[in-house]
Amino acid sequence: MPDKPKVAFYWCASCGGCEEAVVDLAEDILKVVEAVDIVLWPVAMDFKKADVEVRPDKSIAVAFINGAVRTSEQEEWVHMLRRKAQLVVSFGACANSGGIPALANQFKKEEILKYVYEDCPGVDNPSKTRPQLETVNEGRTVTLPEFRNMVRSLDQVIEVDYYLPGCPPTPKLIMNAVQAILAGKLPAKGTVLSPDNALCEECKRKDSKPADLALTEFKRPHQVHIDPEKCLLAQGLVCMGPATRAGCEARCPEGNMPCTGCFGPSSRVRDQGAKFVSSVFSNIAPKEVEEIDKVLDGIPDPIGTFYRYGLSKCILRRKLN
Amino acid sequence: MADNNGNKAHPNGLPRIGFYICHCGSNIAGTIDVAEVAKYVAGLPGVVVSRDYKYMCSDPGQEMIAQDIKEHKLERLVVAACSPNLHEETFRKAAAKGGLNSFFFQMVNIREHDAWVHEDKKAATVKAKDLARAAVYRVRFHQPLEKKQVPVDPNVLVVGGGIAGIHAALTLANAGKKVTLVERESTIGGHMAAFDKTFPTLDCAACILTPKMSAVKSHPNITLWTYSEVAKVEGYVGNYKVTVKRKPRYVKEDLCVGCMECIDACVFKEPKFADKFNQGLGKRKPVYIDFPQATPKVVLIDPETCIQMKTGKCKKSCVEACDRDAIDFTQKEEVKELQVGAIILATGFKTFDAKREPHYGYGRYPGVFTALEIERLVNASGPTSGEVVLRDGKHPKAVGIIHCVGSRDEKTNKWCSRVCCMYSLKLAHLIKEHSGAEVYNFYIDIRAAGKACEEFYDKLLSEGVHFIRGRVAEVTDWAMTPEEEGKLVLRVEDTLAGFVRRVPVDMVVLATGLEPQADAQEVRRRFNIGCGNEGFFQERHPKLAPVNTFTDGIFIAGACQAPKDIPDTVAQAGAAAAEALVLIDAGHVELEPNTSHVVEEECCGCKSCVPLCPYSAITFDESKKKAQINEVLCKGCGVCAAACPSGSIRQNLFEDEEIFSEIEGVLSK
Amino acid sequence: MNQHPTQPAQPPADGGFEPRIVAFFCNWCTYTAADLAGVSRLKYAPNVRVIRVMCSGRVDPQFVLDAFAKGADGVLLGGCHPGDCHYAEGNYKTLRRMRMLERMLRDMGIKDGRFRLEWISGAEGEKVKTTVNDMVAKVRALGPLDLPGKFREWDKEMEELEVRVGSADGKEVAHAR
Repeated sequence: MPDKPKVAFYWCASCGGCEEAVVDLAEDILKVVEAVDIVLWPVAMDFKKADVEVRPDKSIAVAFINGAVRTSEQEEWVHMLRRKAQLVVSFGACANSGGIPALANQFKKEEILKYVYEDCPGVDNPSKTRPQLETVNEGRTVTLPEFRNMVRSLDQVIEVDYYLPGCPPTPKLIMNAVQAILAGKLPAKGTVLSPDNALCEECKRKDSKPADLALTEFKRPHQVHIDPEKCLLAQGLVCMGPATRAGCEARCPEGNMPCTGCFGPSSRVRDQGAKFVSSVFSNIAPKEVEEIDKVLDGIPDPIGTFYRYGLSKCILRRKLN
Repeated sequence: MADNNGNKAHPNGLPRIGFYICHCGSNIAGTIDVAEVAKYVAGLPGVVVSRDYKYMCSDPGQEMIAQDIKEHKLERLVVAACSPNLHEETFRKAAAKGGLNSFFFQMVNIREHDAWVHEDKKAATVKAKDLARAAVYRVRFHQPLEKKQVPVDPNVLVVGGGIAGIHAALTLANAGKKVTLVERESTIGGHMAAFDKTFPTLDCAACILTPKMSAVKSHPNITLWTYSEVAKVEGYVGNYKVTVKRKPRYVKEDLCVGCMECIDACVFKEPKFADKFNQGLGKRKPVYIDFPQATPKVVLIDPETCIQMKTGKCKKSCVEACDRDAIDFTQKEEVKELQVGAIILATGFKTFDAKREPHYGYGRYPGVFTALEIERLVNASGPTSGEVVLRDGKHPKAVGIIHCVGSRDEKTNKWCSRVCCMYSLKLAHLIKEHSGAEVYNFYIDIRAAGKACEEFYDKLLSEGVHFIRGRVAEVTDWAMTPEEEGKLVLRVEDTLAGFVRRVPVDMVVLATGLEPQADAQEVRRRFNIGCGNEGFFQERHPKLAPVNTFTDGIFIAGACQAPKDIPDTVAQAGAAAAEALVLIDAGHVELEPNTSHVVEEECCGCKSCVPLCPYSAITFDESKKKAQINEVLCKGCGVCAAACPSGSIRQNLFEDEEIFSEIEGVLSK
Repeated sequence: MNQHPTQPAQPPADGGFEPRIVAFFCNWCTYTAADLAGVSRLKYAPNVRVIRVMCSGRVDPQFVLDAFAKGADGVLLGGCHPGDCHYAEGNYKTLRRMRMLERMLRDMGIKDGRFRLEWISGAEGEKVKTTVNDMVAKVRALGPLDLPGKFREWDKEMEELEVRVGSADGKEVAHAR
């Protein structure tokens, strides 16, 4: 009997949600497990680094790697998986564009370490001890990975074959991807495995969006009673839907919350945040600078809002500081 | 597949590019080392020909391009020379002559933007190289495009039958074009028909207007539809489909000869109902005609006041009196459709509602009148046969005319209505002439611009009209002295004398300003044109295109564009007619291809683009749930292309890839 | 002869930092004004590279960011004065987008003055000259931005590991950044 294709899952700087998304396949996971041989899945199985290291190059059919890359350990792992796997799929928003961890690119490494180890309320560290890369304890050397200055997407570290978008990718998309890989029916290298239209295509509120939108203010979700039927952008909420790739079937709008852009942009857009700005601010009403500024004040954190999942892929890559 | 810089690579490898740099005599070559630039560009990927030449725009220069295209099988052309605003067309044609699509061409401005503005020759040459490189990178992404041609329907619609519409219609009809003139009221003539005399010449308005009205009626090329309104406009320049609704007069227009026997015979022995034409100062019967020279000379019946129409029980003596059998109580609204190539909007103005200035007492004090009411009073065919009398019939001994009512006012309208000073002077003259009363004009400034207007003002000064410079604060009947009893007192600061005056008069005339028509917003949307902040129709350019709008094929003329007097209105009407003639006589419209289009498969239907187009070129297809752009209406600004949040709109000649490659080109070292 | 107050200080004789500025000029107003400056033989600093668009409203914030990322020290956006846009309201869309872009650039550590939005009408050739000179002087004072250099520097932290793991794809990776 021929060997089942080997599949690896790995997580870098991630929350574990992508792992849960795989679990969310529910009964479908049995189909997957039947068809493939999982050779690495830190959250669920006990394979160690050494188990992967001994494998021949390109012996793993596909490696699904989620999480952003922030440490040298993660870099080592993804380089290794790149060698050992035929296909590498960048799994989830963090791997695709940095995800939430990439928001750290607004801060210097020193600022972050100082906050976490000294200034954060609740931290009791009067000696201002910091983790060291190397410590000798009872004659044994213990090491920690290097914490990089920048949060990176997966394809900024290794070459990526396909992308599964989402925070996390939906079970349906995951299933489609796995099946396509197993059947060998994949599109051109570099493709994002999700429809190439924007989210409004799938959103049930689309018909209620007026064709003459002229926003006069922006509100945050906790400030309004959100109408469950009307287009969220038309209600003054910052819904990234128009600038976000479809594929999730508009779950967040269905859950009465605006889309926050986790699927990233369409293939025709280089910078999701900048494109959204280009679009939504064309549709505000005021013409005078003072009034325009008042409307803009309704979005106090533009970087955090427009690049919530994609700061690594911002054309500027990180804050200059 | 994206390459290093996200650019989509040319599918068949790099196209063959020909590069030419012009010396322009010494204009360019005197500062820029053109040979060095040509040598540099020759080394860029894809460039197979790289030449410098004395005068690229000359015949031999263009010949050289055509030759090279054929000989070297060039697929793209870049010329570094003067501004594209000068010679882009020239080199596009040169490309076409060589058999290359005109739009596989990019021009580089190294004269106006480089050689002529920099003294440092080294820096200027580096700049030329950077700009040339950018064009070479960009031109790889150019697509083959064609200029589109659409035919133009030779018929014209004129909306509004005031002096502007009348003049425009006559001009076009005399040029041999078929014109349909649609007017909302039951007669053409507009506001001018209600005026007595016109400034500064004091011509009788009716005398100069009625011959033109007559000419309209009898002109073989003009179809006159009064008591009608445009309900819908579809289509685009050269190809408009217009729906017009014709209101029922209950009188057959082709049978009525205007003998008015029916009016005499009406069961109402005396006219009883307020007469709109006379500003309510006169009365009419349910069957009436606005004024004797109304055109068409056809009576009409008001269904609100006619007994037959309201109750069905009337002697119908009007029907009996009509030997033409023209009365038809069963008449219904008619819906007509017509196809035209151009539309002229001449819908005029409305006057400021004086009730909005309650401190002037209009509607409260019977002695307060609007300027239009006075026009009817002084008119010999008006309700008082030209006698200037108050509403109770008494003759006023003193008359105050208040300028700028609803004009030059932060609280109502900020603009100057242009004509009120002149008509106030005119009315001052006429009132004095007809009644001998003392006349006081209260003004902020006297604006007597225009031919012979200052001279008219001068004349008036010598006629004994009193002028007080000050904005009247209040009109009151509260007397403070015995002389003021029974009078209307105008309280005003006389700013030249420096104290507050109380001027008792019998009659107050409010010089109400001009405003856009009440339904101007509705109308302009129907025709897909814009309005300025004040609500008047938006011209394409305030100086260079005052009668064009941003919608090709639709022109504006007269007070609907901005307050103006009759001479300027007629001038604009002629101008609008000329613009329409330009369109029609060209026979077709050629469209620049730098338009935008929606890539249907990529559009998600988010409607972000729909409100952005000032030309209404973007519509939302409800059945497909996608946006679409009418290439004929699109003017190629690219705002929608930038705003599409999923990158699904492309602007020809300014696609994202083209611009990104230009950015890379100017900066790469 | 009085120096115009916005004339740049002379660039360093030894060829010190010369700012590179990318300009997006709208065809009908600013580009025409730049043509007029040329016809009038006005002289100004040679640091600007003009990219022509039909309307300032065509300028996508992505273009501005990309210009910085590819090495521009400054980006200038020229359009018609509000109310005068050849296409009626394109420049209002520009204004709205760019007011937000300015905030974002600031939040990303790009100092004020590197991005500039200027309304220049077709008759204002002189304003093209003064704007360019003024901007070149200000950006020269701010120093080079050199984002491409910074990107390379930031990515150096991964080099040692890439070499150690013998990653041949260390080179191929460059494209994705």
